[in-house]
Amino acid sequence: MASLETHELLIDVPGRAAGRCLDLQMKPGERWGVLGPNGAGKTTLLHTLAGLRPARAGEVWLDQRALARWRRRELARWLGVVFQEHHDDFPATVMETAMIGRHPYLSPWQRESGEDLAIAREALRRFDLDHLASRLVSTLSGGERQRVSLATVLTQAPRWWLVDEPTNHLDLHHQVAIMSLLEEQASAGCGVVMCLHDLNLAARWCSHLLLLYPDGEACWGPVEEMLELTALERLYDQPLTRVEVEGAPVFVPRR
Amino acid sequence: MNGAEDQVVGRARLASPLAWLLMMALVSQVLALALGSVDISLGALVAVLGGDGEALHRTLVLELRLPRSLAAFGTGALLALAGALMQVLLRNPLADPYVLGLSGGASVAALLAMLAGLGTTLVAGSAFAGALASTLIVFGLAHGTGSWTPTRMLLTGVVMAAGWGALISFLLAVSPVEQLPGMLYWLMGDLAYAGSPWLVLGVAAASLLVMLPLGRTLNVLARGGLQAAVLGVNVRRMEWLLYLLASLLTAVAVTTAGSIGFVGLMVPHMLRLKLGNDQRLILPASLLAGGTLLTLADTLARTMVAPQQLPVGVITALLGVPSFLYLLYRSR
Repeated sequence: MASLETHELLIDVPGRAAGRCLDLQMKPGERWGVLGPNGAGKTTLLHTLAGLRPARAGEVWLDQRALARWRRRELARWLGVVFQEHHDDFPATVMETAMIGRHPYLSPWQRESGEDLAIAREALRRFDLDHLASRLVSTLSGGERQRVSLATVLTQAPRWWLVDEPTNHLDLHHQVAIMSLLEEQASAGCGVVMCLHDLNLAARWCSHLLLLYPDGEACWGPVEEMLELTALERLYDQPLTRVEVEGAPVFVPRR
Repeated sequence: MNGAEDQVVGRARLASPLAWLLMMALVSQVLALALGSVDISLGALVAVLGGDGEALHRTLVLELRLPRSLAAFGTGALLALAGALMQVLLRNPLADPYVLGLSGGASVAALLAMLAGLGTTLVAGSAFAGALASTLIVFGLAHGTGSWTPTRMLLTGVVMAAGWGALISFLLAVSPVEQLPGMLYWLMGDLAYAGSPWLVLGVAAASLLVMLPLGRTLNVLARGGLQAAVLGVNVRRMEWLLYLLASLLTAVAVTTAGSIGFVGLMVPHMLRLKLGNDQRLILPASLLAGGTLLTLADTLARTMVAPQQLPVGVITALLGVPSFLYLLYRSR
């Protein structure tokens, strides 16, 4: 089982004294949502899970192996990360950007093949980007740029998706499109971990939730157990109202 | 479109600009050999290169102009290549080897050697040592106790360069008047004392061979360190390699021809505006275009106000700045 686990993990949030150690067991097919207010450490956790920054204590295990014992290149075929920030300092087209997802599969002298190109094209098509393929990414809108990042990870075809604020900048249609893509990836046997700001997207699309409190406290479990009104109010320090729409809970901030 | 066609399309996309640049490089070499105090016709040039021709032409071409034009080509290639690598390293299209204070360190060391009355070889050696020392200082300080970031590195380099600049002014101010022209020429770049071209040409070719298989890795690195790490790149190792190689290239170039500005900044940037940012194309293209630019600039420097010679750095700036601004203005 290609599960992603944390053993006594303490993420390194600067200025935080301590916190609850995370013992997560995330399995393929699950869609984990990470919720928490600004500065709670959502992105830090995601980067720690991807092996991009060291933990203060504890370990991340992927497929029964500590992350430290993976080779970076091998890991790149297993873990894909959608970042919040993009560095478009140099000119690059949408297609070229999607194609970097094939990097982990190619040896130094190898050029991208027609097959790689087809994979990237299909990924762009999935995000309604095919007509923009030859545009420079620096000329795209925020939402289009975000979709290019998702298409790049789709081109990378990892077994685990680590996604930081996937719905940032996106209109409602594309929010739903991305959530259903992630759901589709999960039902195809991938695992998904996503940081979300939108409680209602999380309630609707996630199978599990991890709540990160600003003081380092944390709790996690299946989504239906976690959508506890008082816990969520404490999480965001904001009174909420719960209503039911189409049989699913929706949370609205109270004035 | 099937796979085979895509492959062909990909190759053609790379091959045609490079073929064009190679042609330009050859044309620039022919011009450099033909023009000068005595102009040599194309026919006479072919005769000389074929092993015949007049004795005067043979001496001019084979002993004076050819070594110098090849040295100019090699130096320009090194500078442009170093610039392209530095820009990827610092994720900043405006970075160049001189921004990081490399040439400043080399210049201070070279001026000190001149002041001490040392010969050409020792001045060159001193410049090389100065460039490498500046490299180590900048990298060591940028590393510091905290984390290494492109911004921190760029800032450290810029401040070091300013410091070297002040030292250069100081040395010029206290130097005896009769030494000033030589010093100024060195500071503005001069290929008159380049010597054998084989070192620069060899280093340029060898570093291109080292970097070409890493081209795609550099493309990924240009998207930022985290993105590159996620795609399987050993970021720290690549950054060390880029920095050391770019420093070495700059040091060799500065040692050969003094400090020549603008080539490392402008050539890769101009090529990116035209050709995109695939390093597998940009690196060889930079090498060819940098070499061509400096060969042409040096030819102009020799002939424009002959018999007097201008410092080649003046020409690269005079040629480069307007064309750079034009391309920038025209780009999307």
